[in-house]
Amino acid sequence: MAGYNNNAVHKKVESAHPKAESHHHDEEHFREKHLMLDPLPRGQMNDMVMESMTTTSWKFWAVFGLLSVIVAVCLFYVWGYMISEGLGVTGKNRPSYWGLFLVNTVFWIGISHAGTFISAILRVFKAEFRRPFTRAAELMTTFGLVQAGFSVFMHLGRVWLFYWLLPYPNQRMLWPNLHSPLSWDLLAITTYLLSSTMYLFLPLIPDLAMARDKSTGWRKTFYKTLALGFRGTEGEWTHLRNAMNIFAFAIIPVMFSVHTIVSWDFAAATRPGWNSTIFGPYFVVGALHSGMGAVVMVLAVVRGTMKNMKYFIRPEHFDAIGKLMLIISMAWAYFFFNDYMVQWYGGDKWTKQLLHFHEAGPMGWMWFAMLIANIAIPWAVLWNPKWRSTPWIVFVVGLIINFGMYLERYIIVPVSLSINRMPFTWRLYYPRVEVLLGIGTLAFFIWLYMAASRLIPLIPVWEVEEGQMAHELKKFGRETVVSVSELE
Amino acid sequence: MIKPEEIKMSTDESGKWGMVIDQDICTGCQACVAACAMENNISFVGEADSGYGRSMHWIRIERFWEGEYPEVKMTPNQPMMCQQCGSATCEPVCPAFATIHSQAEQLNLQVYNRCIGTRYCANNCPYQVRSFNWRDYERPEPLPNQFNPDVTVRRRGVMEKCTFCIQRIHKAQDKAKSEGREVLDGEFTTACAQACPASAITFGRVDDPESLVSQLAHRGHGVKHLEELGTLPNVTYFKGG
Repeated sequence: MAGYNNNAVHKKVESAHPKAESHHHDEEHFREKHLMLDPLPRGQMNDMVMESMTTTSWKFWAVFGLLSVIVAVCLFYVWGYMISEGLGVTGKNRPSYWGLFLVNTVFWIGISHAGTFISAILRVFKAEFRRPFTRAAELMTTFGLVQAGFSVFMHLGRVWLFYWLLPYPNQRMLWPNLHSPLSWDLLAITTYLLSSTMYLFLPLIPDLAMARDKSTGWRKTFYKTLALGFRGTEGEWTHLRNAMNIFAFAIIPVMFSVHTIVSWDFAAATRPGWNSTIFGPYFVVGALHSGMGAVVMVLAVVRGTMKNMKYFIRPEHFDAIGKLMLIISMAWAYFFFNDYMVQWYGGDKWTKQLLHFHEAGPMGWMWFAMLIANIAIPWAVLWNPKWRSTPWIVFVVGLIINFGMYLERYIIVPVSLSINRMPFTWRLYYPRVEVLLGIGTLAFFIWLYMAASRLIPLIPVWEVEEGQMAHELKKFGRETVVSVSELE
Repeated sequence: MIKPEEIKMSTDESGKWGMVIDQDICTGCQACVAACAMENNISFVGEADSGYGRSMHWIRIERFWEGEYPEVKMTPNQPMMCQQCGSATCEPVCPAFATIHSQAEQLNLQVYNRCIGTRYCANNCPYQVRSFNWRDYERPEPLPNQFNPDVTVRRRGVMEKCTFCIQRIHKAQDKAKSEGREVLDGEFTTACAQACPASAITFGRVDDPESLVSQLAHRGHGVKHLEELGTLPNVTYFKGG
C-alpha cells in the first residue's frame, strides 16, 4: 500500500525550463491541497477505505471497552435505578420540573442537525468539499437522535407507559392529545429519525457493494445483506441518484421542522422568557452551531486516529467547515441579540426579572461563558485561514462551541424555570443523577460511532471518486485553474 | 362514547364551582394545609425533599414581607391552590390527555391513571400549584389507617393537584339526587374551607347568583390572580378591604 503520498509520480515530470517548472509546482500545490485534484487509482482508494475499517489497534479496544463499561453503568444501571426509585433521585423540584434530561434532548437533537445540514444542503448546492465527510456527518444525525430519544424517555415520570404517546388503536378510544407540543415533537423526531436513517443508507449502498466485493467471511455476509444486490449498473445508479436527490431535498424542511418544533415546547408555553416568537429559527441556528462544532470534532478524531484518513480529510476541509462555523456563529449572535433585545425592550416585568436573573443571578457565569464560547472565541479564531485549517485548533473551537451551546440550553430550561410568576416558589435546580445519565448518553454516542467506524465505510468512496473525475486542472494563459464539470 | 365535537379544551367565562379567599382574616395557621393533606391522601415527603422544593401540598400559605430586618412589613398571607381556570394553560399541553377539563363539574381534572409524567402541565401552570410524585413516599403504620377511601392514592411518576374536593361534590350531589332536590348552598364545603378557623375560605356555586360565594365574589374589590393571562381563574381573593 503506497498510502496517500503519491507525489513521487509527479516529481518525475520535472523539467529544466523555468516556466514549466513553476507550472508543475502550481499543480503539485493544488494536488497537495485539494483531495479532488489528487486522484488515486480506484482500486487503491477502495483498499485504503477497507484497510481503515479492518485495522484495529489495542487502543481502540481499550477505549471501546471503557465506553462499554460507562454505558452499562451510567446509562443502563443508573436508568434502572432511577426507574425503580422514581425521579426523586434527580435534582428536579418545583419549579424546575424539567432539568438536564431536556437539556440533553435539545443538545442531541442539535448535534444531529449538522449531519443533515452538511450532507443534504451541501449536496443540493453541490459544494464539492463535502464529498469525503458526508457519511461521517450523517452518522452523527442518526446516533445523535438515538441519544435524544434516550434522554426524552428518561425524562418521563412513568417511562414504562411511553407508548401512550403513540396513536395506537385501543378499546377506550384514547388518543394522544395533538394539541400538545410534545405530541408534535414525537411525530417530528420520529419522522426525522426514519428519514435520516434512510438518507444515511441510500448513499451507503454503493460503498457496501464495494466492501462486499473486497471482503470475506462474516463481513461478506454482512455487506451482502446490506448492499441489497447492488451491482453498479446504469439503471441502478439512475434509481439511486433519483432517490438520493429526492431525499436530499425532502429532508431539509424536515430538519428545519424538527428543531422548530422542539423550540415550540418552550415557545408555546405561558412562561416569561420562553414565550418568544423567534425561538424556532433561533433554535435551528443554535442546533447548526453545536452540530458543526461536533462534526469538526469527529473529523479531527477520525483523521487523527484512523488509518489512511489523512488522504481523505485534509486541512482544506477544516478550512471550509471553519468558514461555515464562523457564519453560523454570526447568525446565532444575530438571533440571540434579536431575541434578547425585543424581550428586554418589551418591558414585561416578569421577563425583565428573568433576564436580570440570567445575567446577574447565581447562574450568571453561565450566561457570560455562553456568550464567550459561542461568539467571542469562534470569531477570534476562525477568521484566520491558517488557524481554521489546523485540525486541533478547530477541534478545540468545536469543543468550546458545544460547551457554550450546552450552557445556552441549560439557561433556557432549568435556569429559566427557576423564576416564574409566583415568587414564593422560586428555587434553584442542582442536577444529581442526571449528570451520570448525560455522561452515559455521550459514551453511548461515541460507542456507536466507534462500532460503526469498523463496520461501514466512513468515507463515501464513490462520491470522492465521482468528484475526482469531475475535477481537472486547466491552463488558462499562464495560470493553472481548476475546472469542474457537471456530472449529475 | 364521546364524539370529537363534544370535546372542548376550555369552557366559557363562568365556571360552576368557585372559591373566595379573604386574605385579611387569614391568620396563616396552616389548618387548611393539614386538612387538605388528610382529606386527599397527600404524601408526606419528609424534611429533605420538602426543603428542596418537593412538598406536595395542594394548598400552601404564601408569606411575603417587605423591607429588611428589623423594618419588616408583613403582607397578608396568601393561600394558593389550583385556581380551576376556565381556560387552563395546563390542559392543552398534556400529550396523553391526563389533564382534562371536566364537562360536568367545570373543573380541571388530573387523571392519575393516564399520567405518564412529562410534567409539562406543571411548567405551564402560572400559579405553580401542581405537585409531582417524585418518589413512592413511605407511610409508616398506623398512618395508612387514616386514608380517605374516596380518594385515589397516587404512585411515583404522576402529577396531582387540588380537585376542589371533587369527592365531596359527588357525595353531596348523590345525596341530593336520592332526595330528589338540588344541592343546597353551604350543604357541604371543601376540606380547607371546613378547617379554616377564621372562615377565610368560602366555597360554593359561582354560577348561582344567590349563593354566598357569588355574593362575596361580586362585592367589588376582589381580584383574581394573573387574570391578565386569560386563564379565567375561579378563585377570588380579597385583600385590604
